[in-house]
Amino acid sequence: MAAVIPDQSHDHPHGPSGLMRWITTTNHKDIGTMYLIFSFIMFLAGGVMALAIRAELFQPGLQVVAPEFFNQLTSLHGLVMVFGAIMPAFVGFANWQIPLMIGASDMAFARMNNWSFWLLPPAAILLIGSFFVPGGATGAGWTLYPPLSIQMGMGMDMAIFAIHIMGVSSIMGAINIVVTILNMRAPGMTMMKLPLFCWTWLITAYLLIAVMPVLAGAVTMLLTDRHFGTSFFNAAGGGDPVLYQHVFWFFGHPEVYILILPAFGIISQIIPTFARKPLFGYASMVYATASIAVLSFIVWAHHMFTTGMPVTGQLFFMYATMLIAVPTGVKVFNWVATMWRGSMSFESPMLWATGFIFVFTMGGFTGLICAIAPIDIQIHDTYYVVAHFHYVMVAGSLFALFGGAYYWLPKWTGRMPDERIGKLHFWCSMVSFNITFFPLHFLGLAGMPRRVPDYALQFADFNAIATVGAFGFGLSQLIFLWVIVKAARGEGQPAAARAWENADGLEWTVPSPAPHHTFEEAPVVR
Amino acid sequence: MSEIARENRRLLGRLIVGSLVMFGFGFLLVPFYEKICEVTGINRIVQPDRVANTQVDAARLITVEFDANSHDGAWDFRPLQGALRVHPGELATVVYEVANTRREPMTGQAVPSYGPPQAAQYFRKMECFCFAQQTLEAGERRTMPVAFVVDPDLPADVKTITLSYTFFEVEGRRARAPGVESGHGS
Repeated sequence: MAAVIPDQSHDHPHGPSGLMRWITTTNHKDIGTMYLIFSFIMFLAGGVMALAIRAELFQPGLQVVAPEFFNQLTSLHGLVMVFGAIMPAFVGFANWQIPLMIGASDMAFARMNNWSFWLLPPAAILLIGSFFVPGGATGAGWTLYPPLSIQMGMGMDMAIFAIHIMGVSSIMGAINIVVTILNMRAPGMTMMKLPLFCWTWLITAYLLIAVMPVLAGAVTMLLTDRHFGTSFFNAAGGGDPVLYQHVFWFFGHPEVYILILPAFGIISQIIPTFARKPLFGYASMVYATASIAVLSFIVWAHHMFTTGMPVTGQLFFMYATMLIAVPTGVKVFNWVATMWRGSMSFESPMLWATGFIFVFTMGGFTGLICAIAPIDIQIHDTYYVVAHFHYVMVAGSLFALFGGAYYWLPKWTGRMPDERIGKLHFWCSMVSFNITFFPLHFLGLAGMPRRVPDYALQFADFNAIATVGAFGFGLSQLIFLWVIVKAARGEGQPAAARAWENADGLEWTVPSPAPHHTFEEAPVVR
Repeated sequence: MSEIARENRRLLGRLIVGSLVMFGFGFLLVPFYEKICEVTGINRIVQPDRVANTQVDAARLITVEFDANSHDGAWDFRPLQGALRVHPGELATVVYEVANTRREPMTGQAVPSYGPPQAAQYFRKMECFCFAQQTLEAGERRTMPVAFVVDPDLPADVKTITLSYTFFEVEGRRARAPGVESGHGS
C-alpha cells in the first residue's frame, strides 16, 4: 500500500503525570495498553479459578473445594473469561491498532474511550468481590439460568450489576469503533482497502450494539424477578424459565461471534505477512464475516435442543447452524490458500496463527457435531460441549490474541519479542492445551456431565490427564508474561518501523515504538 | 466544530438510539414469546383441552406416572396413585391430595410439566386443579382430581409419560392475619 507519510516528530504525553496520567488519559494507545493489562490480570484470575476446578476433578470424590464453591468457580470462571479477559483484550487491540491502521490520529470520542475503560475495574471488583459476601458468588453458571439464578444470594445481584456495567462499557467501546472506522479513515482509505482486522471489528461492533442491550434486558428481568415481584421467569407467578433461555441465547450466540470475529481479523493480518503474499480472497473474507454475523441471529435455539422444542424448530435451528460452517469454511480455505506456495517463515506470530487454524478448525468441526439435534440431545451438558467451546474460545480467540500480541509487540514496545522464549511459550501452550481438552471429548461422549464436582470412577484416568495438562497450560502463560515484560523493559533487539519483513499496512509506517501522537496530519493512501 | 466532528456526533446519536431500541427489543421478546406459544399451542398447559377424536386405541397401553413437588415446603402434596396404565383415547382420572402445613391461610397454584417434553402436546387435561389458584385454610387438606386423555397421535416410541406437578405459593397472595408470624421456614 503506497502512502504519503507526514513527519512523525511529536512524542510526549502532556497533562498530568504519574497515576493521574493513566486515569485521565484520552490517548488511544494509553487506553489500549490499560485494556490489555486489565484483560491479562483477569485472564490470570479466571485461570486460577480453572485450576481450582481442575484440581477438584483430578480424582473422583470431593477433596479440594466444597460442591457449592465448585459451582461458584465454574460460574465465575466463565463470566470472568468472557467479559473480563477476552472481550477487553480485543477492545485493547482495537484501541491500539485501528487508529494506526486507518491513519487516524485517535479514536472518534477520546473521552468516552477513557470512560469505557474505567467502568471495567469496578465491574471486576463486583464480580471477584462477590466471592466474599454471605452466600458467596453466583453458582448459576455463566448463563445465569433461572430458577436457580432467582434463588441465589446477593452474589447474584453483584454479578447482575457487573454485567450491566460491562455491557455499558462494551457498547460505548463498540460505538467508538464504528464511528472511528466509518468517519476517521485517511484520505484514499476506501472501505475495500480497509485492513481485515478493522473490517472484522466493524462487524463485531455492530453485533455488540445489537445484542449487549438484550443481555442487559435479560439480567434486568432477573433482577426484578428477584426483588420487585415480577414474574418474567418465575413459574410461581406464571412466568417461564425457558423464556430466559431464549432471551439469553438471542444475546449469547452473537456473543460467541463477538469473541471470535476479531480473532479472524488478527489471523488475516498475520498470515499474509509471514507467507509473503497478499491475503487470498479479500472480498470473500469481508462477505464471509458479514454473513456469519447475520446468521448468528437466527441460530440461538441450538443451545436449547433439550428444552422440548417442536421438531420443526429443532430442524430449522439445526440447518441454520450448519449453514454457518459455509462462511467459516471460506475463511479457513482463504487462510490456507494464502499460505499455499508462499515463502513462509515461522516466527512466533505465525506459529500462533498456524496453530490457531489447526485447533480452531477442530473446534469448528465439533461445533458442527453439536449442531446436529439428535446428537446434541445425547451430548448436551456433557464434557463434549466443554471440549468444543474451549477449542474455539481458548484455541480460537486466545491463541489469536497471543499471535496478535507477538505480531504488534514491536510496535507497542519498540523491541522484537524474544523468539526463543516465544517459541517455548507456543509449544508449551499448544501441547498442554491439547492434553487438557482433548480427553474431555471422550469423557463427554461417555456421558460425564459438566458443572458437577464429582464423577463416576470410570472417568478417573482422563480427568487426571486433563488436570495435569491444565496446570501445564496455566504455568505456560507465565512464559508469555516473561516475553512481554522483557520487551516492555526495553530489552532485546530494537524493532524497525516495519518490524516484520513483509508487513503491510499504515501501522508499519510509523516508528517503533509508536510515538504518543501519530497521524496528526492524515496520510494519503493511494 | 469541524465537519468530521459534526458527522461523528450524528452517527453517535444514531448508534445510541440503536442500542436503546435493542434494549427495548429484549423486553419485546416477552410478549412475542407468549404469542408464539399461544398460537402454536406449545405452552398451553394450564387451560382445559378439548378432545375431538374419542377413538380409543385398545392396542396400545401407555404408562402414566404421577409426581408431585412442593416449591417452598409449605405444602404437603402427593398423588394418591403412583402410576396408571391407560389406552390412548381413554378418559382416565387421578386424584391428588394437597395440605397447607402452615398456621395461616395460603394461596397456591400447581404448574404441570411433562417428561418426555414432547409428550406435553399429546396430553389432554379435561379437568385439572392446576387451572385455578387454590386457597387453603391453615392445616386444611383437600383432594383434587385430574381428568385426562392421552391423544392417540402420541408418537409410537413414547411408552411412558411422567406428569409432574409443582405446587407454588402465589406471590403476594398470602392472606395475612394480624399477629400471626409468617412462619416462612425455608
